[in-house]
Amino acid sequence: MSSETGIDSSRSGAKEREIYDVAIVGGGVVGCAIARRFVLEGAKVILLEKGVDILSGASKANSAILHTGFDAPAGSLELQCVQAGYKEYLEIFRNFNLPILKTSAYVVAWTEEQLARLPDIEKHAHQNNVTNVHLIDREALLKSEPHLSNTALGAVAVPGEYVIDPWSSPLGYLTQAVLNGAAVRFGYDVAGGQFDGDTWQLKSSTQESIHTKFIINCAGLYGDYLDQSLLGKSEFLIKPRKGQFIVYDKSASALLNAIILPVPTERTKGIVLTRTIFGNLLLGPTAEEQDDRSNTSVTQNELENLKIAAENMVPDLKNMPVTATYAGLRPASECKEYRVFEYQEKNWITAGAIRSTGLTSSLGLASHIFAQYSKMTKPHTPPENIKTPKMPNLAEHAPRDWTQPGYGEIVCHCEMVTKREIDNALSSVIPAHDLSGLKRRTRATMGSCQAFYCSARLAELTKNRLSHDLSIARNGDDNE
Amino acid sequence: MTMSDNHLQVDVAIIGAGPAGLAAATELRKRGIKSIIILERESEAGGIPRHCGHPPFGMREFYRVLTGPKYAARLVEQATNAGAKILTRHSVTCILPHGELEVATPNGMINIAAKRVLIATGVREKPRSARLVTGTRPQGITTTGALQSMIYLKGLIPFKRPVIVGTELVSFSAIMTAFKGGIKPVAMIEKNNRITARHPCELIASFKHVPIYFNTELETIVGTSKVEGVNVTHNGESRMIDCDGVIFTGNFTPEVSLARLSHLKIDPASGGLEIDQFARCSDPAYFAAGNILRPVETAGWSYREGRTVGALIADDLENNLPTNEPEIFCKCEAPIKLVVPQRIIPGQSGGFNKLQLRVTRAVKGKMIIEDDHGIIWQKNMSVIPERRILIPLSSLDLKEGTKILKFYFKE
Repeated sequence: MSSETGIDSSRSGAKEREIYDVAIVGGGVVGCAIARRFVLEGAKVILLEKGVDILSGASKANSAILHTGFDAPAGSLELQCVQAGYKEYLEIFRNFNLPILKTSAYVVAWTEEQLARLPDIEKHAHQNNVTNVHLIDREALLKSEPHLSNTALGAVAVPGEYVIDPWSSPLGYLTQAVLNGAAVRFGYDVAGGQFDGDTWQLKSSTQESIHTKFIINCAGLYGDYLDQSLLGKSEFLIKPRKGQFIVYDKSASALLNAIILPVPTERTKGIVLTRTIFGNLLLGPTAEEQDDRSNTSVTQNELENLKIAAENMVPDLKNMPVTATYAGLRPASECKEYRVFEYQEKNWITAGAIRSTGLTSSLGLASHIFAQYSKMTKPHTPPENIKTPKMPNLAEHAPRDWTQPGYGEIVCHCEMVTKREIDNALSSVIPAHDLSGLKRRTRATMGSCQAFYCSARLAELTKNRLSHDLSIARNGDDNE
Repeated sequence: MTMSDNHLQVDVAIIGAGPAGLAAATELRKRGIKSIIILERESEAGGIPRHCGHPPFGMREFYRVLTGPKYAARLVEQATNAGAKILTRHSVTCILPHGELEVATPNGMINIAAKRVLIATGVREKPRSARLVTGTRPQGITTTGALQSMIYLKGLIPFKRPVIVGTELVSFSAIMTAFKGGIKPVAMIEKNNRITARHPCELIASFKHVPIYFNTELETIVGTSKVEGVNVTHNGESRMIDCDGVIFTGNFTPEVSLARLSHLKIDPASGGLEIDQFARCSDPAYFAAGNILRPVETAGWSYREGRTVGALIADDLENNLPTNEPEIFCKCEAPIKLVVPQRIIPGQSGGFNKLQLRVTRAVKGKMIIEDDHGIIWQKNMSVIPERRILIPLSSLDLKEGTKILKFYFKE
């Protein structure tokens, strides 16, 4: 593990004068994939994340679907990156021990008007070279999805849409980057920077300097701000779109096989019902525009509306308990396309407005950005003997840690998280620094009881090992 | 008990070493049933009372007032002395037809074949997410159960000035637990105009100077990394309460996660396993007892229910239970929340001799039970949520051929 990883932002000293080839600002899914690609191509990389962990912003919440690009705008960069990312994920996931759930998807029509639009969706998919997309009638749909409401009128089948692990994949990408030489700095908030025509000197809000020849802006919800503050201009404007999600109990996942997509509207892909890799059923997102770039509160009204929408699609959901609710912000912009800008005179590339499809497209986007970068700089020598991490399996359909002897104890019973998994997550290449990071690395507390049973044991096991302790004191401690 | 490699054969496997499971094991041993194992996923047996470091427990079972942990220890000792085997850190991962179980242990997976299985996995409080509460999701939001295990089992303190949501019996336990950890709750909020628990529980709050705000609902949780406050509405008016934590109390839900993934039927009304009056589930190799049947009863009630069901399982192993046909299904209409058992075999004595009912809101009027032909039972009553209503089965004139009993209220 590189000494650069960790949340201690005060570490500097001799490292201060080190000059990186590339600094990636933002540790979302895009930043992680770009760090991996650049390291594999031989660049000396540092990733700067202002949060205490990766995926702290826009990437925190998504539908975890591996998209084929069947519905992406024709000729768009988004389509190109989604399809390249899809292909690369299928090439690498086994080596990383990452999961895939080959669910397929149905775009379901619930009204005559939507039904009339299905042939166009099929045609568009074929134009996007997703040739196995086809129309199916109501009977075939209900036969393959018997729990779907019989008010469904027909569907477009998209056999290539799959479900993946939205958390372990980017963590795997960045872990590979670190194993092969990348540095990662958490808690690094870019506050300013100067370019002398050859090298950037970045400053954090705590005055820590980083020297780098090139900068890639993957700052997600703050991408336009970063361009403005360091380049003096931004060619795009982030318009945060909040999406609320509901996670149903694991038993609900038996109600569906495929991902159920709506016929999209101009504005949004709409509300999706999908199994998750973790064995739950996921519902969402809403699409609520807001100015605030950090507020991800859930609202009872919207959640109840989501539930009603889901129960109309799958009536048996009425008796299914809700396990979790959450919300995330998508970095949408004023137009429906990725906003990638190159500023050769500034040694700078911005990857902005990577909206809903970022999980799939990130690997493709990383290659695209490296290709753009290569046009502006001297070539690097790719490393020999590339190391690839084996990620801990969190997928429900593959053997979890508890099936292997020697796990010690089950700490979280709902998600069957073992003490061995917790220990590993606290000491891995990119370890968990807070509860949220531990949850995402292990699934602890994410199950139906939401920590009723395990929070105390978890607090005990993680005491003094997280940046925010789960407890504020020990009983009897002199605290205040 | 025979064991070969990873396969275990027993007369009775009990899932859950809480009051109901331990009591059933004790009773089964008293009745001479030989091989009984209790599968407990935690590192220690005893169940929820283990977390409850304050009295009163055990008055009817042991004729003295005990704290939760002492009560739990007594139950464990009683079952062990009777000859039941308790296996801790054994997590049942799969319930299969005819009493087959898959179990994870730290030494590897094992399979258990039991002639009968008792499911006694208890209840838990409904967490914030399942209540669809508005707001951010900072650290410092918990349930009473989680708070109790933090303070009593681990001596850890998650906050200093929480708001308590709810006024069930357990909500007052939350106050006592909090003070034990040096935590001073700033308020209790209750959406109705009275506390849900019985008098004189409110005296616990006033004795500890914790104000109870009635007609008050939690609207929003505020805070980024830690809870900074809650917005509540009182008679339609919004106000902010400054606090650093939220304790969601009560609103219990049977712990049926495991059963939901199995072939066993769940009753949507109770949220627990569906049983007949002999505590048999939809697969008669499976029985259920304790709070998995309904939210929520005391530890003492669960203990007595465990004893009863233990005896029924022994009867069954001796071929002394009637077949499960014909059955009458109980169906309840709002504001009646649940009826347990859900299936009745007419013309039988033994088993649960009372129906247990609950309502969803305070209601005054006539409770009516109707069969296919008309009213067979009625009574005037005034009831409030979370209080048990008991109707003796012997008071119902169940006619042959009846398919459904309808339970409703005329206000």
